[in-house]
Amino acid sequence: MRKQYWNKPEMDLWERVYILEVIRGLCITGGVFFGNMFKWLTFRKGALTAYYPEQRRADYSPNNRGRHILTQRPNGKVQCVSCNMCATVCPAYCIEIESEVDFDDPSHPKSPVRFELDYSRCIFCGFCVEACPSDAIRMSQDTPDLPSFERDTMWATQDLLLNWCPSKDTLKSYEELPADDQEGH
Amino acid sequence: MTQDLIVYSLFMGYAIAFMVGLATIFTWVERKQSAIMADRIGANRAYIRIPFTRVKLTCMGLFHGLADGAKMLLKENFTPTTYDSFCYNLAPWLAATPVLLVFAVVPFGGVLMPGHFFEAGLLRDFFGDRAYAMQVASLDAGVLIMLSISGIGIIGIMLAGWSSNNKFSLLGAARAASQMISYEVVMGLALISLVVTFGTLDIGQMVRLQSGQLFGFLPAWGIFQQPLAFVLFLTASIAENKRVPFDLPECESELVSGYFTEYTAMKMGLFMLSEFITIVVASAFLVTLFLGGCNLPYLNDGGFLFPGGSQILLPHLAVVLLQLVTFLVKVFITGCFMVQIRWTLPRFRYDQLLSFGWKLLMPLAAFNLVITALVRWFTLRMI
Repeated sequence: MRKQYWNKPEMDLWERVYILEVIRGLCITGGVFFGNMFKWLTFRKGALTAYYPEQRRADYSPNNRGRHILTQRPNGKVQCVSCNMCATVCPAYCIEIESEVDFDDPSHPKSPVRFELDYSRCIFCGFCVEACPSDAIRMSQDTPDLPSFERDTMWATQDLLLNWCPSKDTLKSYEELPADDQEGH
Repeated sequence: MTQDLIVYSLFMGYAIAFMVGLATIFTWVERKQSAIMADRIGANRAYIRIPFTRVKLTCMGLFHGLADGAKMLLKENFTPTTYDSFCYNLAPWLAATPVLLVFAVVPFGGVLMPGHFFEAGLLRDFFGDRAYAMQVASLDAGVLIMLSISGIGIIGIMLAGWSSNNKFSLLGAARAASQMISYEVVMGLALISLVVTFGTLDIGQMVRLQSGQLFGFLPAWGIFQQPLAFVLFLTASIAENKRVPFDLPECESELVSGYFTEYTAMKMGLFMLSEFITIVVASAFLVTLFLGGCNLPYLNDGGFLFPGGSQILLPHLAVVLLQLVTFLVKVFITGCFMVQIRWTLPRFRYDQLLSFGWKLLMPLAAFNLVITALVRWFTLRMI
């Protein structure tokens, strides 16, 4: 006996004659194809995707937790007091701090000589920002320059965190998004 | 004699370059077309840097085919612990060779008369009035050769499945075999109705018969004489090609990658390459048998002759080039259509596949054959 399924598919005659549905499907995909192709041929972008590392989408959330920033004192020295709270709270153990002492500066005797963050392990939870007692570490909206061929190059050093300069791939340049098309599509 | 040797060597070189070149381009077409259909950009990262400069050429992702080839050549050649390593190593070649062989019977142009390219000169003296049909092998029984050789390809696939010592491969090979057998029948019946229509087994002759007009305006292509056979042949050739919606032998979601699960590096590359060459060959057959081959409407050996009586005369060289380009463009467009089908339709379930082949397509093909034979008989009697 043939098993009766409770969700037996109901198909009308149009769907049973498979070729008509095939033609309809081909019309749908062909329509999308030729529409997008016409956009490409008239020098517009016929795709929803962005060329990721070269182009960033502008529609990140305003409170997106992106790359870390070390804040600075007015005299340019790093705000961090090297208390290691961020490194302690970090669930991914990705922060490493090496401190130094400067006895000539009694208000800020302890500061990091090396503050490094492993972006191959960071989970962008933001606990380090919350743990920081002196507002020395923040997270900005845009994403770090993550794509890389090896893990060793995914460390962010103190200099980088203090003064982030995204290393752009100058070898290959894509055109910028037009001003009215900032949503990335 | 020397002239024949030169011309046929050129034909063979052209045929192989045609197949391999178009197959490489189809890997790009497949990536880009599916991407554009799905609102994506598609493969665009592989590049060639001009030496000593910082200019990277990406050429819209065309180099991904080269990158694939390089990757497959350089990958580790993993061999499973199989009891039959001879058959294991033989299988990719058995799968790829028939696909290359079968193109020999396809005419990729009209008649070539190298002596008539220029009014006078070396070519004229050397070739004289010799004429060559642009076809590697002008055989009387081209259709039979085509069916038999393309049927051999399944041996390589079955051998791959059996000798891999892997259950996925075995299942894939068994599926491929039964699918091949079912759709060979449909393909053969569709072809027989075409043979009945044209009254010849010679593919070159079929193409020449498609050069006229039906009812004075419609090009006498096979698709207008045998529309049902065209649909059946298209379906059967996609099924022979083992591509979606008929990719049961290698469906990733069920059988890792079917009969070539255990193959790595260039052996797997040979299977992939033969799949893409099969697209080219299948589209070449569709074009040859149903879409008029190298014929453009109203073009004959002397130039264009329009129904109104006006005509444009062309030199022989221009006609030959026009026919070659026409064939190439037709094959490319048909292949793109096959890629479009591959990215539109979902895969059949296996029982659906077989019942579709045996219960729907085969009766349709048989019905078409009967109708064609009757019509042909009546028309012959009336004459």
